[in-house]
Amino acid sequence: MAYGDYVLMRDLNFTINRGDIFIIMGGSGCGKSTLMTILVGLKAPARGKVYYGEVDFWGADQASRDQLMRRAGVMYQSGALWSSMTLAENVALPLETYTNLRPDQIREVVRLKLALVGLAGFEEFYPAEISGGMQKRAGIARAMALDPEILFFDEPSAGLDPVSARRLDDLILELNDSLGTTMVVVTHELPSIFAIGSNGVFLDVSRRTQTATGNPRQLLAETQDPALRQFLTRGEK
Amino acid sequence: MTAKAALLLEQPTAEIVKVVLAGDWRLGPDLPEPVAVQEELAARPTVRQVVLEAREVGQWDSGLLTFLMRLQDFCVRRQIRVESEGLPPGAKKLLALATAVPEKTDARHVEERTSFLANLGTQTVGLFQGIGEFLAFLGDAVVAVLRLVSGRARYRRADLWLIMQAASAQAVPIVSLISFLVGLILAFIGAIQLQLFGAQIYVADLVGIAMVRLMAAIMTGIVMAGRTGGAFAAQLGTMQVNQEIDALKTLGLSPMEFLVLPRMLALALTMPLLCLYANIMGIMGGMVVGVWMLNIDLIQYYNETARAVGLWNLGIGLFSGFIFGIIVALAGCMRGMQCGRSASAVGEAATSAVVTAIVGIILSTALITIVCNFLGI
Repeated sequence: MAYGDYVLMRDLNFTINRGDIFIIMGGSGCGKSTLMTILVGLKAPARGKVYYGEVDFWGADQASRDQLMRRAGVMYQSGALWSSMTLAENVALPLETYTNLRPDQIREVVRLKLALVGLAGFEEFYPAEISGGMQKRAGIARAMALDPEILFFDEPSAGLDPVSARRLDDLILELNDSLGTTMVVVTHELPSIFAIGSNGVFLDVSRRTQTATGNPRQLLAETQDPALRQFLTRGEK
Repeated sequence: MTAKAALLLEQPTAEIVKVVLAGDWRLGPDLPEPVAVQEELAARPTVRQVVLEAREVGQWDSGLLTFLMRLQDFCVRRQIRVESEGLPPGAKKLLALATAVPEKTDARHVEERTSFLANLGTQTVGLFQGIGEFLAFLGDAVVAVLRLVSGRARYRRADLWLIMQAASAQAVPIVSLISFLVGLILAFIGAIQLQLFGAQIYVADLVGIAMVRLMAAIMTGIVMAGRTGGAFAAQLGTMQVNQEIDALKTLGLSPMEFLVLPRMLALALTMPLLCLYANIMGIMGGMVVGVWMLNIDLIQYYNETARAVGLWNLGIGLFSGFIFGIIVALAGCMRGMQCGRSASAVGEAATSAVVTAIVGIILSTALITIVCNFLGI
């Protein structure tokens, strides 16, 4: 992963299994979000390959990438809701684009998705009229609109109060459990990491590579790496 | 009551220098500079240890800390040990905190001085890249239009109507004012010259042909570049900043079809209508001067205008308006899509969109005029 000549991370190699809640963790500025942009097809890696099943993601053309990404949903750091549309229209757009549902069916699905993230009754609000936390949750509702197989979350709990953050974690766990959705979560919130993570990769900012991969709780118990231990324990002894 | 910050150097042995600080060390113009101490230390090469002594210090803030930081940096570089036991406990802890994470040396942006030739080269390459980007954008836009024609383009009809409304009805007042005044000005200028020959009636020809063939389209184009082109760039730029465009892309929706196409369509459709309206307003502006100042009969003025302005003139004017609409929309959308991810980048995008659009309008006017000249129309 690189920006121009500046190499952010090198030698990354990890596998996300179906049904995982996979945590991309690391300190600020280590390239977690950049890694996600590569995984979702927004930025090509400087070198290397990303495989979805057997398919070489970046080796394929744009149309096949779009095809693959249709099975995925992405929640962006700040929600990235389309500001000229209401919440209902935001969630409805993927449905209108990729399904043959009737308008009243779409309305029902939209209501369900918004209710799942605790935003029932906010259908006709514009993104600017609701709080940052609500925008994030609406972003999740939009990401889940098409019942994707993989959901990407960029810092889901950043900027949320502890209770909302906890509820978001529960939501992620519940969706993973009941729908079998694979989750890829970029975060550095320790409580979230331990509460939901079943697999993960740690990006070490000073060594500019991944230093560990596996279940975060197991990593904490077994790691000998001081940088990872410091990260997972907040540097406390 | 504040005591002035004071700095005193003692040298009990050849190897040790004692730096004694006293008074209030608060940020301000008359704090002692660490340079004085550094010069002293440089002058005494035998010194191996600096003892900081600040028991006499009253109140302190970042002023004390910046002094100590700079002194410490200097000592570390000269391999002089710093003994900080005599500092206030708070200052000691903050100093330890500030030096806990080593400075990242490779992260700093380096200002590189480049030669004039290197700069010229970079700029030239940048110019060609810019042209390349514009052509690529134009190509994408054409592909989007083709997809629209074949009925495969994905965009929201509601967006198209909203943009059309913003780029037509809401622009009417400003277009009215500008084109009316331009007609008026043209008539004034023409009147002064034509009066010399007693040919006032030809003011109608002058205003009619100039407005219909050229001026209405150019003035409307420039107004729309500032009004709508800038707005497009700011909208798309903000969407870029908020990752809204990323969200479209990961959903597999082409921003070109979803955002650019409706804007381009809207302006391509509304600009000729606005031009037509500007024609009428401009001719009315000329008429005011003709009737009130030159005492031309209203009917006479109308007949003269109708005689002078041919259908070709109108056709060329409206065609120019159509082209300008596309230019304004493309310039606005392109700059918006190229926008960086900061607030100032949005401002730059809006500015650059207006400039690009106006340059485009003037260039294409020249082109259309030359072509018309060749074709003899």
